[in-house]
Amino acid sequence: MSLVMFLQRMVIQGIPLLFGSTGEIITEKSGHLNLGIPGIMYVGAIGGVIGAFMYETGVGPENMVPALAILIPFICSVAMSLCMGLIYCFLTVTLRANQNVTGLALTTFGVGVGNFFGGSLIKLSSADVPSIALSATSNYFKTALPFADKLGAVGQVLFSYSFLAYAAIIIALVASYMLKKTRVGLHLRAVGESPATADAAGINVTRYKYVATCVGSIIAGLGGLYYIMDYACGVWSNNGFGDRGWLSVALVIFSTWKPDVAILGSMLFGALLIIQNYIPNLTMSAQELIKMTPYLVTIIVLVIVSARNKRENQPPAGLGLPYFREER
Amino acid sequence: MHKEPLFHIVKRPAIEWYKSWAIRVLAVILALILAGIVTLALTGLNPLKVYATMVDGAVGTTRRCWALAQKTAMLLCIALALTPAFRMRFWNTGAEGQVLAGGMAAAAVMLKCGDLVPNWLLFILMFLSAIVAGAIWGVIPAFFKAKWGTNETLFTLMMNYIAIQIVGFFVLEWSVPKGSGQIGIINQNSQAGWIPPLFGQAYLINIILVALITVFVYVYIRYTKHGYEIDVVGESERTARYIGIDVKKVIIRTMILSGAICGITGFLLVAGSDHTITKDTAGGNGFTAIMVCWLAKFNPVWMILTSLLICFLQKGAGEIATMFQLNLSFADIITGIIIFFIVGSEFFINYRIIWRKKEKEDRK
Repeated sequence: MSLVMFLQRMVIQGIPLLFGSTGEIITEKSGHLNLGIPGIMYVGAIGGVIGAFMYETGVGPENMVPALAILIPFICSVAMSLCMGLIYCFLTVTLRANQNVTGLALTTFGVGVGNFFGGSLIKLSSADVPSIALSATSNYFKTALPFADKLGAVGQVLFSYSFLAYAAIIIALVASYMLKKTRVGLHLRAVGESPATADAAGINVTRYKYVATCVGSIIAGLGGLYYIMDYACGVWSNNGFGDRGWLSVALVIFSTWKPDVAILGSMLFGALLIIQNYIPNLTMSAQELIKMTPYLVTIIVLVIVSARNKRENQPPAGLGLPYFREER
Repeated sequence: MHKEPLFHIVKRPAIEWYKSWAIRVLAVILALILAGIVTLALTGLNPLKVYATMVDGAVGTTRRCWALAQKTAMLLCIALALTPAFRMRFWNTGAEGQVLAGGMAAAAVMLKCGDLVPNWLLFILMFLSAIVAGAIWGVIPAFFKAKWGTNETLFTLMMNYIAIQIVGFFVLEWSVPKGSGQIGIINQNSQAGWIPPLFGQAYLINIILVALITVFVYVYIRYTKHGYEIDVVGESERTARYIGIDVKKVIIRTMILSGAICGITGFLLVAGSDHTITKDTAGGNGFTAIMVCWLAKFNPVWMILTSLLICFLQKGAGEIATMFQLNLSFADIITGIIIFFIVGSEFFINYRIIWRKKEKEDRK
């Protein structure tokens, strides 16, 4: 049965990355390289924690209403990720600031917000608890489909996850469909490839950039929420999220800007994150080297994609460049 | 009839230097006010006392002054390393990894050759190995950028984590005592490979070296042929090719230099202050330096100011966090706010907003 366990854990590790990379793909398709994704994911996680903490300590674990227990952290998480997205948009789209600098500042800020509130929430709210352990909320989030256990191994591998995990896959599929098959997707890609052309064609470039970046931020923030409520069982630990945000950015390249490929990619990256526990006789130090593989694989993909120079696998042509209508 | 928009934006041809600096100073002041309000909301501390505590935390004692100077010097050194690359529009986001590569090489030499060679030779070996390691880490992405145009922002970013994991590997392999998961202070008794104090100040040599590097980078980008070539490639690769500059050579050469200076920073961190190596030796400074470098408009002299500003804020906010038993990440929040404001203020330097004129004036 250890294969079933492995597959389950692989999916649980992969889902936050899938959220992050789907969000980043949508953002990058509008021509904005948002290096703030790691920060946004931290903020999404802490948003959920703050909402759940307030609700759980407010009414007590025994009086919680299931719908509210999910809805409050969810809304807090979405709202806070949206704020981060708006900061990034306002600076890079409206004020045309440098995207790399803004993104990195957003990551510094976001990770700071996450760790600050994670480490100081108890003191700030003067609650009488030793640590942030939102097990009650986490249990509601982890509610799985009831028939999963009855279907044996297949059921456990396919149906044992919480609703956010399925949401991640559905969002990725919808995003993929939107980008490939719909007019909105076509316009978005046009904005990312050549904003000037899109503008001339009558597409509202600013609106597309804003919506894409904000939707992308919200989706990425959900990755943080999934991580904290599902994987970490509602227990916040500083820097516990680690560098998963950067792995999500790596996954964008790995999947060559295609959300449907990112689903498979996230499973692969998830497997690489836990594979060291399944290789017998591995020393601690060798484990460190195995943790390197997702990045190494990403670099190899990056090099191959640029060397083959196939048009459909390239990053959006306008990626990283600010757009000013009067400057041609 | 189509209505004229409320305002439209025009690019400024040029702006007087005092106006641009007035805008920047205003941005910093606004950011400090917002930071003060945030602190007030979180701690309930009287706003004026917030700033007093920050100043005290950063420069309150001689010891704190020296710590601030050391921190600033290290951040400045990385920012200087990034300068040539950024002027070429090569977005080197891999400083963190290049510093770690240099630091790792220096630490390895320090650890393995500490008892074998005389101290002066040890320094030279450490210094050279750090430069080579940093340069290698910088030149790999540059090579692929030059050959196939591989996206350098993403490539250098990924190289950071490979460097971090390699450091993690060696830290576990060489941990003292075995299995403790850390190398600990290297050569604690012999102090071999430790940069000695000058006039009783442990960090003085570090600071002097960084000052020399500042002058070097300034001269290099301003007064040499290499610096000129970098600027041309940064402005337009096509122009560079047209006037006969070998763009690939410039990219690779510049990234060797950028990586090498990052390597020196790693050497200074290992030999001059930490005397050990961990995954956190660079401590996120590789990323902060990108912002420092950009805020100074890639000018080494202004970089002294911007790195001092960032370090001052981090130390100051750290003091507030300690005082109120809050998490130290408070400093990152304040840093983020300041950078958002300065980054945003650039807009008002580069562009002008023209408001819609009143109907009456139009008819005249």
